[in-house]
Amino acid sequence: MRGQLSYLGVELARPRVAFFELTSCEGCQLQILNNEASLLDFLSLVEVVNFREAMTERHDDYDVAFVEGSVSRADEADRLRAIRANAKILVALGSCACFGGVNQLKNRFRDLDWVKREVYGDFPIITQEVLPLSAVVDVDLCIYGCPIRKEEVEKIVTNLVLGKAISHPRYPVCMECQASQNICLFDLGEPCLGPVTRAGCNAWCPSNRRGCWGCRGPADDANLAQLEKIMAERGVSAEAMLDRLECFGGFATQADLLRSAAADGRKP
Amino acid sequence: MLFKVFAKDELPKLFDLLAANPVIAPVQKGVDQHGVPLFDFDVVHDFADLRLDYTSTIHSAKRYFLPYAETLATFTVDKGGWEKQVDLNIDRRQVLFGLHACDINALNKLDKVLVQSAYPNPFYAAKRRNMFIIGLQCTPRPQCFCRSMGTDFALHGFDMFLTDLGDSYFAEILSAAAFQFMARIVTREPGHDDHERYKAVVAEKNGRFQAKVDSSDLTKILDMEFESPAWKAWGDKCLSCGTCANVCPTCYCYGVEENVDLDLTGAVKTRRLHSCNLIDFAVVAGGHNFRPHSHARLKYRYYHKHRGFVEAFEEALCVGCGRCGEACLAGITVPAVIASVREGG
Ligand code: SF4
Ligand code: SF4
Ligand code: SF4
Ligand code: SF4
Ligand code: SF4
Repeated sequence: MRGQLSYLGVELARPRVAFFELTSCEGCQLQILNNEASLLDFLSLVEVVNFREAMTERHDDYDVAFVEGSVSRADEADRLRAIRANAKILVALGSCACFGGVNQLKNRFRDLDWVKREVYGDFPIITQEVLPLSAVVDVDLCIYGCPIRKEEVEKIVTNLVLGKAISHPRYPVCMECQASQNICLFDLGEPCLGPVTRAGCNAWCPSNRRGCWGCRGPADDANLAQLEKIMAERGVSAEAMLDRLECFGGFATQADLLRSAAADGRKP
Repeated sequence: MLFKVFAKDELPKLFDLLAANPVIAPVQKGVDQHGVPLFDFDVVHDFADLRLDYTSTIHSAKRYFLPYAETLATFTVDKGGWEKQVDLNIDRRQVLFGLHACDINALNKLDKVLVQSAYPNPFYAAKRRNMFIIGLQCTPRPQCFCRSMGTDFALHGFDMFLTDLGDSYFAEILSAAAFQFMARIVTREPGHDDHERYKAVVAEKNGRFQAKVDSSDLTKILDMEFESPAWKAWGDKCLSCGTCANVCPTCYCYGVEENVDLDLTGAVKTRRLHSCNLIDFAVVAGGHNFRPHSHARLKYRYYHKHRGFVEAFEEALCVGCGRCGEACLAGITVPAVIASVREGG
C-alpha cells in the first residue's frame, strides 16, 4: 500500500483522521473533496477512517476529528461529546462549528418556539438554541470560514503531520484586500466588514466586488467602535451593520453590545 | 542634464519602441461613488489605455519592485537532504511609463535601505536595475504634500522625465538607454521659448499645493512628544488594518514564512509585506507582544518615517504622496497627525 511518510529522512506518522457533521450544509467537507488536483496528495498524508461524504466504512479509532456544523439538538451534543472522548485533537471545521454559523441566526429571535412553528409547522422536531462546538466541548483548533478554504486546511494538515505550529492571521481582511490591489468597496459606496474580520480568506468577497460579511469572525483587537463610525458617516444604518455582524455568529458578543448600546440610546 | 523637446505625436512611437518589454503605466480602474476616476498602475499593451493625465494611483508602483508576496526560494526535498533554488528574475527588463516625482523619490529612498545598505536585497536590486523609468510632471492634488517633504522634484532615479508643454513634451534625459531611445524618435533642441514654457508649467504646479507638513525640527519634537495624548487619540481611531502601509510607496516591512508542499517533496519560502500597524508586528518568539496597543503601533509608524529614518539618512521615509491618508477609512492623514503632535496634543 502506501509507503512510510517521511520528510528530510525523518519518519512521520500518518494521523488517523475522521470527519463528522452536525447541523451544517456540508459545504466545508465538500471544499476538501473538490480539489481534485491535490486530493490524492491530501489523502496520502493522512489515513481517513471516517468520512460519510466520501466513503462508507467507519471506525472510531482516530487521532484527529474534523467536526463541521453547529450543535442544534441534544443528540448532537451527545455525539460531539463521544467524538471528543475518542479524538486526541478536535478541530472545529468552518464557521458553523467555530461560531454557530448561519444556523445561529435563529437565536436572534427571542421566541424559539415561534421559529420552529414557522419553519416546521406541526411536524414534530426537536431543536434548541444553536451553539458552537466550544459551548459543549473543548476545541483544540478552529478553521474559520463559510466555507473554509481548502488551501488553508491542506496547509494546516501538512503542519499537523510535520508537528509545526499552526497559526491564523491575526490582522483583518483589508490587509489581503489591499495586497490584491482591489478598489476599496467603501469608495464604491458599499459597506464591508473587512476592517474588523480576521484575514485568511485572501479577501475572497472584496476581490469579487462584494463587501465582507465577517464569516471568519473578529480579527484580534478589532476596532468595532471605529467601524461603526465609518459606517454611520457613509450612511450605512446601524441595523445594516448588525445584519452583517450577526450573520455568522463570530461577532455575537460585539453585536449584543451594539444592540444594547442602541437600545440604551433610544431610552429617554 | 540633457534636454530635448518633441511633438506629442512622437510619444506613441516612443511607447511602441519600449513596448518590446512589459510596460507598466497608469490606467483607469473604475470610478468611485461620486464619479471620480480611480487610477492604478498596471501592465499596458496599447498606448490608448495609458492615462497620463492621472492624478494619483490607489496603490503605489512599489509592488513592481517589492511584490506583496515574493518567493525567496523553493526547495526540493528528499530522503537524502534538500536543494535550494533561487530565482532573482535578474534578466527581466520592464518599463515604468509615467511615474510622478514623489514616486521616483520613494524608489530613491528604498534604494538607500535595500540597495546601498550593508545587506542589500538582491530581489529588489534586480528589479530596480532592470526597470526603465519615464518620469512625468504631475498636477498636485489637494492631498499632496511632497513639497513639504522635498520630494516634488526628482533629481535622479529615472531614465527620462517628461513635462507636458501643451503641444510638445519637454524631456530630461538621464541615462544612456534613454538617449538611445530618443535618437529613434523626432526630437529637437529646446529653445528659449521652451525653457520659458517649462518654467511657466512648473510655476503653475507650485501654485497648486494645499496640504503642508511642518517638518522643521520634527525629530526632536517627536522625541519630546513621545507621551503626547494625540497618539492615544489617533490610536483609538486606527483599525490596525495595514492599508496605509500597503498603499505607501516607501513602506518596506515584511514577514517571511515557510511552507512545506502537501506531498512533502518540496518547500517554499515566501516574503510578504507586513505593516507595523498590524497587531502581530512586534510579537516575538514565546508570544510576547511588544506593541499590543494600536496607539503605540501607529506612533512607531510615524517614528520610523519621520524620526528614525531621518536620523539615519537625513531625510524622511515619506514622500508626501497622500495615499495613506486617502485610503485610511478612519481618516488618519500624515499632515493631521504631525500637526496634532506638534501642538502637543
Ligand atoms: S474593500 Fe473591505 S476589505 Fe477591502 S480594503 Fe475596503 S474595507 Fe478593507
Ligand atoms: S471576505 Fe469576509 S465574508 Fe468573504 S470569505 Fe472573507 S471573511 Fe468571509
Ligand atoms: S492608520 Fe488607517 S490605514 Fe493605517 S492601519 Fe490605521 S486605520 Fe488602517
Ligand atoms: S506615509 Fe503616506 S504620504 Fe507618506 S509616502 Fe507613505 S503613503 Fe505617501
Ligand atoms: S505628491 Fe507631489 S509629486 Fe506626487 S503627485 Fe502629488 S504633487 Fe506630484
